[in-house]
Amino acid sequence: MNRFLLPLGIFIVLVIFLGVGLTLKPREVPSPFIGKPAPAFRVPQLHEESKTLSPEDMRGKVWLLNVWASWCVSCREEHPVLVDLARQNLVPIYGLNYKDKREDGLAWLNDGGNPYIASAYDREGNVGIDYGVYGVPETFVIDKLGIIRHKHIGPVTPEALRDKIIPLVKELNSAK
Amino acid sequence: MPNKAFLFILLALTALALPQAYAGEAEPTADDVVLEKRVNAVSEELRCLVCQNQTIADSHAELAIDLKNQVREKLKQGMSEREIVDYMVERYGDFVLYRPQVKSSTLLLWFGPFALLLLAFGVLVAKLRQRRKAMREVPKLSADDHARAESLLSGKDKGAQS
Repeated sequence: MNRFLLPLGIFIVLVIFLGVGLTLKPREVPSPFIGKPAPAFRVPQLHEESKTLSPEDMRGKVWLLNVWASWCVSCREEHPVLVDLARQNLVPIYGLNYKDKREDGLAWLNDGGNPYIASAYDREGNVGIDYGVYGVPETFVIDKLGIIRHKHIGPVTPEALRDKIIPLVKELNSAK
Repeated sequence: MPNKAFLFILLALTALALPQAYAGEAEPTADDVVLEKRVNAVSEELRCLVCQNQTIADSHAELAIDLKNQVREKLKQGMSEREIVDYMVERYGDFVLYRPQVKSSTLLLWFGPFALLLLAFGVLVAKLRQRRKAMREVPKLSADDHARAESLLSGKDKGAQS
């Protein structure tokens, strides 16, 4: 009996470790920005080149910064969810059009609807690098003081909105 | 005749131009060699977050190329290698380091395998000792046992043999 107990124990431990390993998402690298101020930038807007966009303009409100591009496949999946969210008027959504051609970005918004109050235009991807963007789409929840509170990697799903993002926005909004 | 001379000159010019054409494709020019070496050295320390098992030096993902360009820019601006790595960690977290730092949360990662090896070695030594002890302590045989062994060896005890 004892002879089997040890190998069985080792086996069970191994199964537990492998099982935990299966549920991890190595693609979702924890962002070092959570709880830190959103990196500053001031870049031209997508629609009007003469106007600029900066996180500073959003001081005093809770907002979402959604990094998107017309070439990004999973943005296509995410887009209707954002359009729907924008319709509910729960939280202002600003876009960061990442490494895109201006006309492609504009055409994309024309086709699928524009959930963004405005989009910053990051042709070279420098703002993206400042925000540690490595896979579009990514969404940041930024609070009234300009602190990043949450980062969602990959397409925003209705579940993610319901379970995490909207409750967080409500909580941040009720904070002073 | 003048035609031939013209052809020869043309050939000679092509021959001269060829290596330059290749040099144009392989990017670094003479004074950039040192810089490129430094760019590569830093790139080898940084993980590509798109294809996570490659460094940005190895990867051809667009993000890796962008990051390499950033590294080049920053080196040109006079930032040190250390500062650039810190800059990347600030944005992408510890995960961007291809060789994880030794700190309290990574101790298991760095030394776990050695601990396991030591443990296995300890078990092996203990087992070997146990076995040697068991072999030394051959059970004492009684006079009856000796007699029986003798009769077995001489082949008289037919019953035991069958």
